[in-house]
Order: sequence, then structure tokens, then C-alpha cells
Amino acid sequence: MTDVVMPQMGESIVEGTLTKWLKKPGDHVERDEPLFEISTDKVDTEIPSPAAGTLSEVMVEEGKTVGINTVVARIEENGAGAAAAKPAAQAAQPAAATSPEPAPAAAAVVEAAAPAPPAPPVEEPAPAGEPAGPLSPLVRRLARENNIDLSRVKGTGAGGRITKQDLEGYLAQRPSAAAEPVRPQMPPAPAPAAAATVAPKPPAPLAPAGPAKTRVEPLSTMRIKIAEHMVLSKRTSAHVTTIHRVDMTAVAQMRERNKAAFQANYGFSLTYLPFITRAAVVALRQFPLLNASLDGNNIIYHNEINIGIAVALENGLIVPVIRGADEKNVLGLQRAVVDLAARARSRQLKPDEVLGGTFSITNFGSFGSLVGTPIINQPQVAILGVGTVDKTPVVINDAIAIRSICHLSLSFDHRLVDGALADQFMSKIKQVLEGWTEEVQ
Amino acid sequence: MDYASALELQRRLVGERQQGAIDDQLLLVEHPHVVTLGRNGHRENLLASDEILERAGVAFHPTDRGGDITYHGPGQLVGYPILDLREWKRDVAAYVRALEEVLIDTLADFGIAAGRIPKLTGVCVQERKIAAIGVHISRWVTSHGFALNVSTDLSYFQYIVPCGLTKPVTSMAALGVRATLDDVGYVLAAHFGRVFDCQMPLAAPALAGARKREPI
Repeated sequence: MTDVVMPQMGESIVEGTLTKWLKKPGDHVERDEPLFEISTDKVDTEIPSPAAGTLSEVMVEEGKTVGINTVVARIEENGAGAAAAKPAAQAAQPAAATSPEPAPAAAAVVEAAAPAPPAPPVEEPAPAGEPAGPLSPLVRRLARENNIDLSRVKGTGAGGRITKQDLEGYLAQRPSAAAEPVRPQMPPAPAPAAAATVAPKPPAPLAPAGPAKTRVEPLSTMRIKIAEHMVLSKRTSAHVTTIHRVDMTAVAQMRERNKAAFQANYGFSLTYLPFITRAAVVALRQFPLLNASLDGNNIIYHNEINIGIAVALENGLIVPVIRGADEKNVLGLQRAVVDLAARARSRQLKPDEVLGGTFSITNFGSFGSLVGTPIINQPQVAILGVGTVDKTPVVINDAIAIRSICHLSLSFDHRLVDGALADQFMSKIKQVLEGWTEEVQ
Repeated sequence: MDYASALELQRRLVGERQQGAIDDQLLLVEHPHVVTLGRNGHRENLLASDEILERAGVAFHPTDRGGDITYHGPGQLVGYPILDLREWKRDVAAYVRALEEVLIDTLADFGIAAGRIPKLTGVCVQERKIAAIGVHISRWVTSHGFALNVSTDLSYFQYIVPCGLTKPVTSMAALGVRATLDDVGYVLAAHFGRVFDCQMPLAAPALAGARKREPI
């Protein structure tokens, strides 16, 4: 005889509620077979039997709470109890036999999937207890459609035959709940939209390699965001990139003249970026389609010009936005660029400072890149890439001159913007920069 | 992942864990709309008829975890740790408190100050329940776990009395935090690894963290 006790499920736990017996007295249990369940707080625990044998006595009924180490049942290893368990097991067998497997499910699937023939040949299953005597096809059909047990319908036709009127009379009397025809299946619930947010499986995961050959590291949240955004953009927009060579000599001279004053007066240097941003703003004013978004079959023209400036971070990228960029001169733009970049790198941007951009500029030239083909920052329709500014020999009026040359590239969404327009836009930027006259402060 | 598949996967993993065939696991999933009832739950806490649930596209599933009734659905991060507590503290109460700690620390990383519910299980923000816990243990191996409302459509909770409590529910989104399940999952997995002192290599992208590579 083995005592079964309420186990201690943790240091602070002094009692448990026996919620369910999984075996009845007389049942045979194997050692380690779940015997009963206890509940503590939000935890349900299955308790395995400490011994094999017959559950001979149950001392604690379901729903009772008892202290730990309380004996809740006894198990008899062998003997009388085992015999008592046997009949129960035998009784279970015929019960199982009375529920024969219905038609194989696979057959039903095949039937449903097959193209519908003019009328699917439905075999007429003889309803249980069908009365003897002939039945008209109409009566059979009515009975089937209304789920009527024909043995319960009294026939008034010739020789006790059941007629259509008999069925109608029976239906009228039958309680409405029973008469209700089988309701057509509800259309399946729409697939939950959020299911789509679960990242799709990559085509084929890498085969697990030896520990020395690879190292697995989860992506940072920012990296995941960037990845999602880049792929989304490539999938959304028809990217085309056009590249223009711009003579920055006039801007370079303006910059040289003001550099020292900027550092002295404002505490930051003067770069090429605010000039290019300013030129882009002028061009966006002239070509508002580049300062737009595409929403289905509608063009959304933005009345504000909010320029996103891509800022490289240690392990990522963020695009803070200069709002109302058209209201700022070169000084104001430079100040905004310096401020946003600094706060982006120290992670002090406010959430709304990365939202609402209508056009973006990315300055990969600062890393030495000559030309790039940037990816559009959705839902915008164009992004300007700025290459490095180098002194380059160029031909002017059939003479070779040394000029400060920069390559500007514009990736645009060909769904909305055609090449001719994109190049007019770029020509405008080029014209502003090459003929720069505006004072900067 | 639908609820029945998740149950089946847990059942398989619990069996393998009990046999020592696999390491501890943490499954992170999102379910379609489903109302589940714990073993000791009260069906009267289901406020909607089967018909209303069906019309709303919500499945109903009795289950063998602890706790009463609850709702799972899109925007909710559901975590199923398959842990052998004999290798941890052999303490069911400590396990539940540790799950709460993981959830509270995760929410803190998103700027949400959450806390325990005195005398009850789960995690609350300003008297509103944001995460529910319900656990099943078989031979010290855990299954079921927790459900954290990230951007859950809270209107679905109208169909039930969550966990038998007449407490209002909330979500991270309702508290102004915009985060995806993946975002929260990564942060949570890190805290889980710390609290339960295990490494969390990723088993499948954006789905589950576990000690061991496990095809899911």
C-alpha cells in the first residue's frame, strides 16, 4: 500500500487544491502515470502516480484544498483491487466498437474538390427505421432535406404509404427547433490580418553548421525596421535612378568665404549639404510631383516641404526630418542638419521628428562614394543622393579647367514620375547650384 | 499559428523535454481570434453565445492550463515556455513570479511601468490588465504560459470576463507604445534569458527563441 500525498510545488506553497482525479477508485495506474491534478494560483499541475497498482482509496475529493503532505489517496500494489479494475477495462471495449468510423474523411475531401457535375449522384441512404412499403422519390427527397425520420410519420396513402401531405403535416407539427433545416455553413472568418505581420519564412534556412563556422546573432530592432522598410520600398515603388554631374565651384567659393564665420558665429562648420538641400527645395517648389505621395490611384500633393536627411548611426540609419525646409536659408538648414544629426546619434530624437518627411536626401559622398542609387523613403516618391565633391578636370569652352564636381543621383518612383520630369527637376537643382548667388547668412 | 497547432506542438515538446531529448524552449506565437477556457474555468465567464463568437470569427477552445477564461488574437504576443523546473528552482510559485518579472521588465524597456496584481497572477498597468498568465505543469515540465497585449484589439475582451476578473484590460498600443510583436518578442526573449539564466539563440526568425535550434 502506497500513500499518495499532496506534493510541495514550491518553497512558499503550503497547500494545494485538488482539482481533478484522472483515475477513479479501482482503476489501474502505472507508476508515473498522471493520477490527479492540483491547482495553485494560475498553475495547473498533473501529479504522477508514485507507484504502479490499483487506486484503492481516494481521501480528498475534487475541489478540496489541503495542506502539503496530506495523504490524498492510497494505491494498492497488487491483489484485490487489480481484479476490480478488469471489468471496467472490458466494459470499455464494446463501447468503443459501437462507434464505427464514418466514411473516410479523405473521400469527402476528394468529392468536394472535384468540379461539380450537373447533379452530384447522391446515394440515397435508407434512413434508419424507414417504414416498409414504397416511397416516392419526392417523399424521399423531402424527408432527406428536412431531416425527417420517416418511421415517425404516419402514412395516410394507399396501404399506409407516406405521402407529401403527410410529411408537410408532420413538419408543421414538429417543434420548430427540430424542423430548422441544417443551417448553411457561415462563410469562413476572414484570415486575421495580423497573420500577415508574422514574418514570412525565408526560402531556406541555412543548414546548421559546425559551431566554429558561423555565429548566430539576433538582429537589433532598428536593423529589423530598416530591413522591413527597405524591402517594402523596393516592393512598392518602381525605382529608377538618374545621375547628373553638377559643378559646385560657385558653392565651394561661397562656402570658403563663410566657413570661418560660421564656425565663429554659430559653432558649426558650413558643409555642402545645406546648399544642396536649398537647391532641392527650390526645385521641389517648381515640380510639386516630386514632393508628393501615391495613395492607391490618388496623388497626394504635400503643401509642406519636409526634407528627411539620412543620418548614419553606428549600427543603423535614421532619417530625421527638417520641417518647413522651404522657410529656411542655408544657415537655418545647416543648423537643423547639425542639430538633428547630433540628436540622432545620441538617440534623443523625438518620435515625430522622424515622421512627416515629403522628400529625402542622403549624403553618401561624405563617406567617399562617387555615385549611389538610393532607395526611396516610403511613402515619398523620390530621394536625392549626394556624391563626394572632388576637384576634377573638366572641359569648358573647349578648354580644360579644374572645377569642384559633384554627382547627384535621384531615385524616383516611375509609377508617378517619368524620366523627363525627373531630369527637369535635376536640371533645376543643377542650375541653382552652378549659378549660386544667394547669401548664406 | 492557430491554437490547436500550438497545443499540439507544446504537447510534443513537453514529451520530448520530459524524456530529456531537447533543451528548454520558449515558443513565441500569435494566434488567430480564440477564446480559451482553463481546466478550472467557469463557462459562465464566457459572455457571448457560441453563435456570437462564430459570427465574430472567434474560436472556442477548452484547454488544460491553469486559470479561467481568456482571449487570444492578433496583436497579442503569446509565450509558451517548455521548461523543466527541476533544473531551475523546483518551485511553481517562483516560476509564475519569474514570468511576471520577465513581462514587467519587458514593458519597462518600452517605457511602461507595470506591476503585479496583489494576490493574483498577471501583470497590470494602472489597474488595467496587460498580460495574463496560465500554466500547466506535468512532471515539472511547463507548458502554456503568458499572453501580452501588444496591439490587441481590446474589444474582443468584451466576450469574456478575463480570468474571471472584472478588471479592465489594456495593451501597449492603448498606452501609446507603437511596437510590433517582433520588437517586443526580441526584448522579451532577452529578459527571459536573463531571468531564467539561459541563452536564447533564435530557432526561427521572429518567432521563437530557445536554447536549442528547434524546427518550428
